[in-house]
Parts: sequence; C-alpha cells; structure tokens
Amino acid sequence: MGGELVCSELTKVYDSSKGKRALDAISLAVPARGVLSLIGMNGAGKTTLVRILATQLAPTSGVATIDGVDVVKEAKRLRSRIAVIPQEARTVPWMTPRQTVLTYLMWRGCTYSESKKKATDALGRVGMQEQSDVMNRRLSGGMKRKVLVATVLAADADVSFLDEPTTGLDPVSRRELWGFLEEIARKHFLILTTHYLEEAEELANVIGIMDRGKMVGIGSLESLRSSLKYQYSIRLPASAQVPQLDGVATPGRDGGVQILTNEDEAYRLSQLFLGSGTRFSVNRVSLDDVFFHYVRADIGEHGAQ
Amino acid sequence: MKSRFFGQVTAAVLVNSLYEMRNYPVVLVNTVLSPLSFLLVIAFVSKGGLIGDAIEGGFIMSMFSSGVSLQGDLSHLKNDFKLQDMVVASPTSPFTYVTGMALAELVYSIPALAVLTVLAWIFIHPSAVQALVLVGVMLMMFLSSIAIGFTLATFSSDIVQSFAFSRLISTLFSTLPPVYYPVTYIPLPFRYAAYLSPTTYAAVISQNATGFLSEPGASIAIDWGIMIAVTVVLFLVAAKKARWREV
Ligand SMILES: Nc1ncnc2c1ncn2[C@@H]1O[C@H](COP(=O)(O)OP(=O)(O)OP(=O)(O)O)[C@@H](O)[C@H]1O
Ligand SMILES: [Mg+2]
Repeated sequence: MGGELVCSELTKVYDSSKGKRALDAISLAVPARGVLSLIGMNGAGKTTLVRILATQLAPTSGVATIDGVDVVKEAKRLRSRIAVIPQEARTVPWMTPRQTVLTYLMWRGCTYSESKKKATDALGRVGMQEQSDVMNRRLSGGMKRKVLVATVLAADADVSFLDEPTTGLDPVSRRELWGFLEEIARKHFLILTTHYLEEAEELANVIGIMDRGKMVGIGSLESLRSSLKYQYSIRLPASAQVPQLDGVATPGRDGGVQILTNEDEAYRLSQLFLGSGTRFSVNRVSLDDVFFHYVRADIGEHGAQ
Repeated sequence: MKSRFFGQVTAAVLVNSLYEMRNYPVVLVNTVLSPLSFLLVIAFVSKGGLIGDAIEGGFIMSMFSSGVSLQGDLSHLKNDFKLQDMVVASPTSPFTYVTGMALAELVYSIPALAVLTVLAWIFIHPSAVQALVLVGVMLMMFLSSIAIGFTLATFSSDIVQSFAFSRLISTLFSTLPPVYYPVTYIPLPFRYAAYLSPTTYAAVISQNATGFLSEPGASIAIDWGIMIAVTVVLFLVAAKKARWREV
C-alpha cells in the first residue's frame, strides 16, 4: 500500500461527554506503510482515533484520509481494504478458532471454500493448527488473542488496526505476537496502539504520542529523540553526588537520579564518574524518556490548574 | 457480488444459530416452548374453544420473537465481543448483516413452526388461500419485529439495557395484546389500546381469515393497510435511526 494517512483538524466530542474533546484538532501526515504505533495514557484518545480511522465512529469535525480515501465520505470503499481488532474484542465462546476466522473472512467477502483455506493457513501461521477445532472458551487468554490476530493475518487487508493487541499477555507470548505483527507490516500498513513502550520502540516506523486528545509528538523514534533538547541519559544511584553540569538532573523513575544531557557533556560526566568511582549507566534517551518528556511537559503546563 | 452477499449472510447464520445451537441446545428448547406454553394455557382455559386462535397466536408470537431474540443477540455480539465493530469495518453492509442475523433467528424458530404447522393442520385445516394469508401475516410480523430489534440493539450499550429492551418488546407486543384470543374479549376502552400494537392487527387478520372472527371486509383491508404501513415505517426508522457507524 502506498500513499499517506492524513488527518486534518480531526476532532471528536462524544455526545455524552459535555463538550469534552476526546480528540482535539489532530493533524498529521504519515506514510501509510509499516507500523504506526499510538501511545499515550489511559483516556488519551487512542481508541477514539483508531475507531474513527477504521470507519466505526463518526468524527465531530475534521477530515481523515488513508491513501486518499476519505474515512467518512468513502467509508464503503475503505471498508474492503481494512481489518480491525477492537480494544475489547473477544472470541465468541461457542465457536472454534477455525469457525472464528472462517466467518470473519466470509464477512470480508471471501467464499466459503476460500475462507476455509485461508483460515487453516492463518491458524497454522500462528501455531494453532492443533487447537483449530477446540472451542474458544477452552483456550487460554493468550491463545484467544492469537485467534484474533489470525483473523487479521488471514484478512490480508491493506490496512490493519490493532487496538492494544498484546495487553495482558506474558512477555514471551507478547514477543511471539510481535513476530506476527511484523509479518503483517512487511506487506501492509498496521496501526497499533499499545501501553508497552518497548513494543512501540521495537515495531514502529512512526510513533504518535497522544495526550488528552492531542497528538503531542509524532515521528520516527530517531526524530522524536532529536526533538528533545538532550539526547543522552545518565543514571546514578540515589546516594551519588550530582556535580555541576550542563543538562538537567531529576529524580529518576527508578528511585535514583537521572541526568539528561548532550553527547559531549555525557562523555565528560562519564570520565568524571569513572574517576571518582561512582556507579552509573549512560544511554541514548529511550522512548520512555521521550514519552515522559512529552507527557510530563503537558502535565506541567496544565497541572497547576 | 451476489455470491459475496450469500457468503456474508451465511456467516451470520453460522455464528448466530448453527454454531450456537450445537453448544446450547437449551436455547432451542426455549424457542420451542415459549410460543407453545401460551397456546396451551389459552386452549385449556377456553376448554378447547380458542385452540384455533391460540395456534395462530403461536405463529405470530414465534415470528415476533425473532425480533426480540435478534435484539438480544445483536447487542451481545456487539457489546460483549465487539464483533459488530469488526463487521462494520468490513465490506458487509448493515442490511446484509441484519439479514443474516435475522435469518439465524428464523432457523431457531423452525422447530416451533413445525409443531405449530402440525397443530394447525389438525385443528384449523386451512385452505390454500387461508394458509397464504397466515404466511403473509407471519412475514409482516417477522419484518416488523426485526426492524424494532435492530434499531434497539444499535442503541443498547450493555447487557442490562439489552435485557430490559427484550422484556419490554415482548411484553408490549406479544404478551399484552390479544394475540392468542379474539380482540373482542377485551372490554371497549382497553380495546383501543390493543390497536396500538401491530400484533393485534396480525391476530385479527388471521382469525378473520380462518373464520374465528368475522369482521367486515373493509375493516380487514384497513388492518392490512395499517400492518403493512407499520412495517414500512419501522423499516424506515431502522434505516434512518439505527447506528452502524457510531456517533
Ligand atoms: N463512548 C464514549 N462516550 C463518551 N466518552 C467516551 C466514549 N469513549 C471514550 N470516551 C472518552 O474519550 C476519551 C478518550 O478515550 P479513548 O478510549 O479514546 O482513550 P484511550 O487512549 O484509548 O485510552 P485507553 O488507553 O484507556 O484505552 C476519554 O476521556 C474517554 O472517557
Ligand atoms: Mg483505548
């Protein structure tokens, strides 16, 4: 799939929310390929954005297009090219994984025999050939999630939306799912929301950071990093003496001290800590740091109210 | 395009009845028993005098209950599994989805309809024309109930609400109105209230067709007119008000 995902002043005010903006004039343009990962705190608006783009929810105002197709005006055209796993999607307990994938494909317009073949293939790809005919209600939570991922894998749609597909999975299963998501994204555009920053870091070509209905930062990990004033992060134990420095020292989220600084200063400080025998670690700023920078800046701005 | 429609409808029938039935045969027992239970009560209380009316009532109720079940099933699949969200974002249109889901409800009614058909054969012996009238009435009931069921389902956001909707439609349209006995049994001022329900017209038309009631032809024509008009209006409301893409 070529083209771009473009949003222009996309705004959503739910009827029942007394004017509160769940999405507040979101504008963006990103290539419609690879993985776009949306991160943000609970209630930031990730699901709202995904549901609007996936033609499930009407925006209050603004426009969005995917590969030039308007999500509102040309929903019908778009719907044959997208596949979705909603945030709270669950497998129907009285069906088997095979039946689940099969019926989904039939709704997507495949014939019965075509669907059957694709279902077997997709369930095999997620390693569920053995459980294909077991009732969903007898599968573990992780396996149920794999069934849903198999539906999207089988759909082979130009654009797939997965809203928190790995929430609640153990670290091994999560990594296993990443493999399938990468597989989808090799050919198609995948929009993925997650609360696991390492997941976004690992999979995303473009990361969108959302906060209270706004897209506060969007770009590749590299470009988000370079939008920060400081590129390096040094961590010290709580007991360490913090010297005079060019940068900022804050209480780290791990209880120690975190210094954010530039490359030269990081080098100088490293020499200093080595000389004085202080334990420390130095890294490029992570997505965690970027995320907290954007979200915290925003909290700082509004928090005083 | 045509085969795609057929496949999409089949998917709904599979999910909403064939697969489900295999797991929960008790649902099937319920759909057979509930129209028959009223029938038995009325037949016994009337010492057999109203058995013909009651059988026709059974037909009307099993058709009408399709919409009630449809409302519950659609809400369940939408709210608890987010299945409808997945279908909305697919090439399946709301019309196709609902057609499939409604046919699935009809599949559930087959055993009850079979029992009723046998009873009708024994106790009513309808002529071909009478049978045709009954089938026409049943079709109208089916269509209007699914229009109500679909519209309400798109507004329900959880199981408690959907359960309340189900009870409400079934009480208002099939328990309260004179479906199993002649409308003339209802004292006059209340009789007007009965005419607020489309099922009353269905019962009057059926009973009149098989000679359990004798209404003037003009009045029956009006009843048909109202029943068809109500069905059309309910469909228009469903098409206009039902929420496929949420707002
Ligand atoms: N159906 C709704 N009606 C009213 N308000 C809603 C509705 N859905 C979401 N909201 C509100 O819109 C805002 C954004 O919610 P949304 O579900 O998009 O957040 P999210 O980023 O997906 O959160 P989470 O990480 O918890 O899934 C929240 O303030 C939420 O309360
Ligand atoms: Mg969400």
